[in-house]
Amino acid sequence: MEIKSLKKISDYIWEIPAEDEMRVPGRIFASEGLVEELDDNVVNQIKNVACLPGIQQASIAMPDAHWGYGFPIGGVAAFDPDEGGVISMGGIGFDISCGVRTMRTGMSREEIQPDIDKLVNRLFAIVPAGVGSEGKIRLNPQQIDEVLISGAQWAISKGYGYKEDLRFIEEGGIMDGADPSKVSDMAKKRQFREVGTLGSGNHYLEIQYVAEVYDEEVSQVFGLYRDDVVVSVHCGSRALGHQIGTDYLKTLAEASRKYNIPIRERELVCAPINSPEGRKYFSAVCAGINCALANRQVISHLVREAFSDVVPKARISILYDVSHNTCKIEEHPVEGKLKKLYIHRKGSTRAFGPGRREIPEEYSSAGQPVLIGGTMGTCSYILVGTDTGMKHAFGSACHGAGRALSRTQAKKKWRGDVLLRELASKGIIIRAHSFSGAAEEAPGAYKDVTEVVDATHKAGLAKKVVMLKPMACIKG
Amino acid sequence: MKRYETFDHRADIGIRGYGKSVEEAFENGAKAMFSVMVDINDVKPVDKEDIDCEAPDLETLFVEWLNNLLSNAHLNGMLFCSFKVEINANKLRGSAWGERLEKHTNHLMTEVKAATYSMLKVVKEDDGYIAQCIVDV
Repeated sequence: MEIKSLKKISDYIWEIPAEDEMRVPGRIFASEGLVEELDDNVVNQIKNVACLPGIQQASIAMPDAHWGYGFPIGGVAAFDPDEGGVISMGGIGFDISCGVRTMRTGMSREEIQPDIDKLVNRLFAIVPAGVGSEGKIRLNPQQIDEVLISGAQWAISKGYGYKEDLRFIEEGGIMDGADPSKVSDMAKKRQFREVGTLGSGNHYLEIQYVAEVYDEEVSQVFGLYRDDVVVSVHCGSRALGHQIGTDYLKTLAEASRKYNIPIRERELVCAPINSPEGRKYFSAVCAGINCALANRQVISHLVREAFSDVVPKARISILYDVSHNTCKIEEHPVEGKLKKLYIHRKGSTRAFGPGRREIPEEYSSAGQPVLIGGTMGTCSYILVGTDTGMKHAFGSACHGAGRALSRTQAKKKWRGDVLLRELASKGIIIRAHSFSGAAEEAPGAYKDVTEVVDATHKAGLAKKVVMLKPMACIKG
Repeated sequence: MKRYETFDHRADIGIRGYGKSVEEAFENGAKAMFSVMVDINDVKPVDKEDIDCEAPDLETLFVEWLNNLLSNAHLNGMLFCSFKVEINANKLRGSAWGERLEKHTNHLMTEVKAATYSMLKVVKEDDGYIAQCIVDV
């Protein structure tokens, strides 16, 4: 990407001036190095999003932005329904509410290390993962509707976890506005056997320890100390979310034509928020979010089971659960006026600053925990939301490393079994359901997560709190 | 002549089918998609599923066809390897043959979440048709 075509606002904020049909400018939050590596396709996608009706302030790209479907992955955009704002498929994606949950274990690295093999084997045995895997839970149509209405609370009412868990999940574990009647029978049927499964691709379950503390004060608020062991889960709404995406791709394509919405790329198909199609899609997305929240809640329960079998002293508590493929109604000031906006975050993590009512009371003074998954065998980060991020990016941050090499390139470069042996020699145990899947996820196939997180930190979108290093990882 | 292939995309994978007719390109496009999940030469065409769909144009019909195949395969726990398509006025009547996924759980590769509009193209070239798009994995 030619950096000269951008207007430099600061070392970490770059602007694409509004031109042609762009209603707002584009804003890229990244270091000079990351901007130079940006694909021209990403810049075009930022511009295309800026042309959508009702967009507010700017079409935003995070430091890990890469070429997506309509929106860049790592894209954020806010729409005002009263100004003809739209809800767009490209801004949410097929894996609705894909996200990360991190749990404390109350154990140190030293205490876990002797049992790590046993623990990983137990987790690998009881957490279903991989292509075509099924969960132990079997649901009927009525029960799946309950999942879609009540999210994580449904799981807890069935004994998968404690009521206390809910407060540490975005939306208190239940996304309002979900309407199961807006979700197709096909989507529901595909989920009957999928609740509590990890999936494949870049989804994982990782046992990690706190390797670095950057902010003592906030890490204490989050209850994290050096060498503490945590468990992180990265997964989404599984087949139900994918099917909602597939179903509404068609609905929104028709709506874009019907309402004559000028979209520059077919994948930006959308509908006005205040239209029957837009309302229907939003209700289905909310149902998809609940499905993901229930899914991660059931997996957390399986993690608790595995720990209680192997290291009974462990006490698993939820640090936080945050989604990075969503559209949510949030209040934000725009040009001095408080507005109710539909915030699309495609591959971007919500990162609310201190004092927002959405944050659990315990964290309110510090800000919301922002959970950033690294790649297999590298490291992950926990950051905290800031006032600067609220002002510049509707309270949003990056979501991961972002791919640097395609899956095919990765498979040519690495062999799954060799890669796993290399990681094992570094003391990181990997259990994978597919060797070729593991090769696709090789750490070298991703951008350096540290560079992405540093740019997020320096741009002020979120502040670094701790760095996590993996002890063991389960891949789908 | 090449019948199907996958191609590179930064985050996901592109799939492409070639054919003497649009129908054949759609059939081979489906093979390309399932080849992302499994070596389809190992899958036997034992069971058959029928798939009908329609769309306003040929390109969206291709995505519909692929997404219907994915939904059907997932719902019935199947992997498909062989396809037959008839198209009339943007209405598609198709059949897919394959076998139960359980038989292949040890060598499955990547799950395809959906076929997308990205790089979607159904075109006639000198020596036949090409149908392609990016699949989200």
